[in-house]
Amino acid sequence: MTETATAPPRAVTPDVMRPGGLAAFTAVYAGQLARARFARGPLLFVASLQSLGILLLLRGVVHHDPARTTSAIVAGSTVLVVAFVALNLLAQRFGALKASRALDYYGALPVGAGPVVLGTAASYATFTIPGALLTCIVGVAMYGLSFSQVWIVVPVVVVAGIAMSGLGAAIGLLAPRAELATVAGQLAMTAVLFLGVIPPSHLPVVARTVREIVPSMPAVDVLADALRGSLSWWAVGWRLAVTLAWGLVGLAIAARAFRRACAR
Amino acid sequence: MSESGVVSAAVLDVRGVVKTYRGATTPANDSIDLEVNAGEVFGLLGPNGAGKSTLVRQLAGLTRPDRGSITLFGRDIGGDAGAAASYVAYLAQDEPALDELPVGLAVETTARLRGLARAQARTATTQLLDELDLGAVASRPLRKLSGGQRRLACVAAALAADRPMLLLDEPTTGLDPVARRSVWAAIDRRRAERGTTVVLVTHNVIEAETVLDRVAILDRGRVIACDTPGRLKARVSDDVRLDLVWRRTPPTRDPTVDALRPRADVDGLRWSIRLDAAAAREALGRLMTGSTLEALDDFTLATATLEDVYLALGGRDDDLERE
Repeated sequence: MTETATAPPRAVTPDVMRPGGLAAFTAVYAGQLARARFARGPLLFVASLQSLGILLLLRGVVHHDPARTTSAIVAGSTVLVVAFVALNLLAQRFGALKASRALDYYGALPVGAGPVVLGTAASYATFTIPGALLTCIVGVAMYGLSFSQVWIVVPVVVVAGIAMSGLGAAIGLLAPRAELATVAGQLAMTAVLFLGVIPPSHLPVVARTVREIVPSMPAVDVLADALRGSLSWWAVGWRLAVTLAWGLVGLAIAARAFRRACAR
Repeated sequence: MSESGVVSAAVLDVRGVVKTYRGATTPANDSIDLEVNAGEVFGLLGPNGAGKSTLVRQLAGLTRPDRGSITLFGRDIGGDAGAAASYVAYLAQDEPALDELPVGLAVETTARLRGLARAQARTATTQLLDELDLGAVASRPLRKLSGGQRRLACVAAALAADRPMLLLDEPTTGLDPVARRSVWAAIDRRRAERGTTVVLVTHNVIEAETVLDRVAILDRGRVIACDTPGRLKARVSDDVRLDLVWRRTPPTRDPTVDALRPRADVDGLRWSIRLDAAAAREALGRLMTGSTLEALDDFTLATATLEDVYLALGGRDDDLERE
């Protein structure tokens, strides 16, 4: 008598779909942009208002100072808008996402940490553009600076946006608690405010040293030079490259922290 | 991108899974063994803290087991957290990441992040919103919706882009009966048309009895029973539940009341007693004819439920839902 062994029933593994890196980035970016439009409008208004307020306040104090001082004030105030949103608000956002286990949503989707961090950071950086441009143009007009090279504000805001959002994302994802992410984000923004708005020549030596390592400062200096009409292309390239490098380091650290937070 | 291969008909195979959270003295999951077949609606039933959500999080690749293996469609996902995401759609108890997104965009973004192109994702979103009757709130952010609508929107996001397995952690919590029915209809449709496998967490026994093909009952991190609801209930089929509601403090010195008292699960003036059917009939007969009748406000006699199975098998918490 022969016995035929019955093979266990077999089924085909289903096809799976995963978005490519760019598609995932685009989806996260579009979603976050819409979210910010619905939920963050008032805060974006405050970000611009804060910088415009600083311009107005300092106008009464320094309007007779040379262009070196006034251009630094306008450039610092412009980049402050970027820091408020892309650094401070993004640090808070990632801190809150981590604390509320909201990262699970992304952890359960077939997307890498990179597109999620980049998409979110890019959306916050994008939202800084109108406020930063407005601040810069109002500042140039208010302080009687040169409009001839004001276009440089566009690459400056983009690069500073990358740097600030990288730093903000890293702070938010590395902070052990949401409250600490908020505090760290606000402290970092305060540093950008003081070290950016006050011209380097007016700072004490220690603060000047610290200023050298704040990622957004090379971008502030590029914009300040442009507003005085004294751009050096070599300096523009070098300084924006340094700022960009800071941003990429921050984003890489944030992506790693994101992966660790998802894989608990 | 797509991948193909061949696996056994059991699409999910969980072997000896142990998970203890840092700082905890007892494991959240303790030697869990389970097998879920293709196209099955499989339930995890148990009280709060039984380890259901921990298990589902491991199935979704969000938490790594300390020991044991989890094989999904032939792939070991215990050591590869990202692998599960290709096959499963996971619905958590709450989705704070979607809170501030409009409903339509939440579903569309989820569909795109599962690999649909933008146009396909838009079409799928429109269909899903129609299916779950969410069209009227498509442009409203989730956090501005009622609890039930919000949950329904999260279910819609989970159903986006048709994954072969749905992992749903209490999908119908907070839903009204109409929404609840539309969720089950949507899940059934996917099972019938695409062979979707569903693993869901519930602590609602009625839901478990009506929608599940098989159910694993969890208690304190362990599977204490796993079978069809019908076969599980057959294990305690001789038992019925006698529920008594008293108008005032139950009378003392009545032999029937005194005999029931030590066996009763007491909640104020409500007593719930599990008895074999003959004993329950006899006790009820005596209560209806004796002087205790005037102290009795209401009573019900019901056949065994999965809750009775849970308790009969040694379950120690009694917070399963009966609604």
